[in-house]
Amino acid sequence: MGQKLIVGRYIPVDSFVHHLDSRAKLLATILYLVILFFANNWITYLILTLFVGLGIYLSGISFTYFLRGVRPMIWLITFTALLQMLFTSGPTMYFQFGFIYISKEGIQNGLFIFLRFVLIIFISTLLTLTTEALDLTDAIEFFLKPLKIFKFPVHEMTLMLALALRFVPTMMDEAEVIMNAQRARGVSFSEGPIMQRLKNLISLLIPLFISSYDRAPQLATAMEARGYQGGENRTKYRELTWKKIDTVVLLSFLVLFSTVYLLRG
Amino acid sequence: MEIRFEDVNFTYQPGTPFENKVLHDINFTIKDGSYTAIVGHTGSGKSTILQHLNALKTPTSGSVWLGDLEVNANKTEKSIKDIRKEIGVVFQFPEAQLFEETVGKDIAFGPQNFGMSEQEALKRAEEILPVVGLDASFMNRSPFELSGGQMRRVAIAGVLVMEPSVLVLDEPTAGLDPKGQFEMMSLFNELHQTQNLTIVLVTHQMEDVANYADHMIVLDEGKIVGDGSPRTVFQKEDWLRSVQLDVPNTVEFAKELAKNPNWSYDELPLTLDELTQMIVKKINLPKKERTDKQVRSDG
Repeated sequence: MGQKLIVGRYIPVDSFVHHLDSRAKLLATILYLVILFFANNWITYLILTLFVGLGIYLSGISFTYFLRGVRPMIWLITFTALLQMLFTSGPTMYFQFGFIYISKEGIQNGLFIFLRFVLIIFISTLLTLTTEALDLTDAIEFFLKPLKIFKFPVHEMTLMLALALRFVPTMMDEAEVIMNAQRARGVSFSEGPIMQRLKNLISLLIPLFISSYDRAPQLATAMEARGYQGGENRTKYRELTWKKIDTVVLLSFLVLFSTVYLLRG
Repeated sequence: MEIRFEDVNFTYQPGTPFENKVLHDINFTIKDGSYTAIVGHTGSGKSTILQHLNALKTPTSGSVWLGDLEVNANKTEKSIKDIRKEIGVVFQFPEAQLFEETVGKDIAFGPQNFGMSEQEALKRAEEILPVVGLDASFMNRSPFELSGGQMRRVAIAGVLVMEPSVLVLDEPTAGLDPKGQFEMMSLFNELHQTQNLTIVLVTHQMEDVANYADHMIVLDEGKIVGDGSPRTVFQKEDWLRSVQLDVPNTVEFAKELAKNPNWSYDELPLTLDELTQMIVKKINLPKKERTDKQVRSDG
């Protein structure tokens, strides 16, 4: 359970991408996602694919990890691409039957959509595989800081985010333990009529909720006992440092942006 | 029911970048009616073996024989379900699995999953409560208003109520006070003695192994490195230390005593009782000899 998920995992490798500032990586990823929606012809897609390829190469992480990230989504992606292929009419028609069209434009569009999905997953996998969750929340906190003017509780939000991220694996483990315990008591979570299976889920959900209710005050007490009083006047143990190379990376994404923008059809 | 492992290998997430082989060619037999202890330091594969005992996990290769049922890589969940009734598992911190509104309903949950009517299951639940040291007044209470120790008793009752012929215990006394620990271990031992229940105990407490088990399996990094009676396994103190385990205090004390030749023993004392008997024997013996001599010299 959950062990199949690749997106959201961190893999420690001593690589170029791992050492970049998390803010730079976050900004670059967002920028890349925006660029992706500007691309609309082969040359732009080619450039974007090469760019991600370079990122993957520089991350020092095996390509199979990225393929595994795509795997759970592959049916959704194929389905969307097929819809696009079958229901787009264009000037160069190959085949038409009722409301089903197969045109050169349709096929091209379908392939683009397919590629776009894959690239989105690749770049976000690249971000999470190379950035620790805490660094990522630090980056988000940094970018949300201006919202303080509007009395937005930035610190509280990012604290919640950091805690949530920290407890995802813990809760996953716990869910598996409880599931096993109930299976040992004769519960089947993967077989039987759907209503029975939903009922069986109760035996997993209630213990899981109860343990989170138990854990929350424990954690709060432990935090207070260590002198936590909220976000005011706190210093940081983990300082983000912006290096020259981060600027270079970000600039390269801006160059990419303008290139794609100019080359788009 | 006899449980036998034949060349069992197990790999987590095979074929992925996170592939992790945790069991290597495991072979052992748990005899019917035995009290087996599985020990090994953290990460040695104890929990994975435990999940094989109940077919929660199936081997990547090799097979596990649960009585007459062979469980191997191509076994489906459906064909396995019936065996779960026969092999009860008390997981670590079992109180985390309680979820029903009342203690009675929670205990009755297991039997109902195996097809018993609600009424009969509730009746059984009421009968099982005294076995774990609670009385019938607990039937209608919410499990969440009980103390930690009582919750654990309810959870254990929920396993015992299925009347398994094998009981698998994963550190059943973790987090209990000394009195609770003793009561719990005595309860299991009594079930073992009176109902001939086969018990498999996974533990870090060497004292429990020495006190109760008649068979001991030592795991290290997913391999079986020791298999035999506790008395023979605990003989090899230095070797046990090398696999990051220890001997019970009694054994350590006896070995320390034995450094003096007068205190050497024929059979390694495992429990406090055995140690006491050995010491009493040693203290009495010279006295007797002395009196014998005195008598002789007088005569």
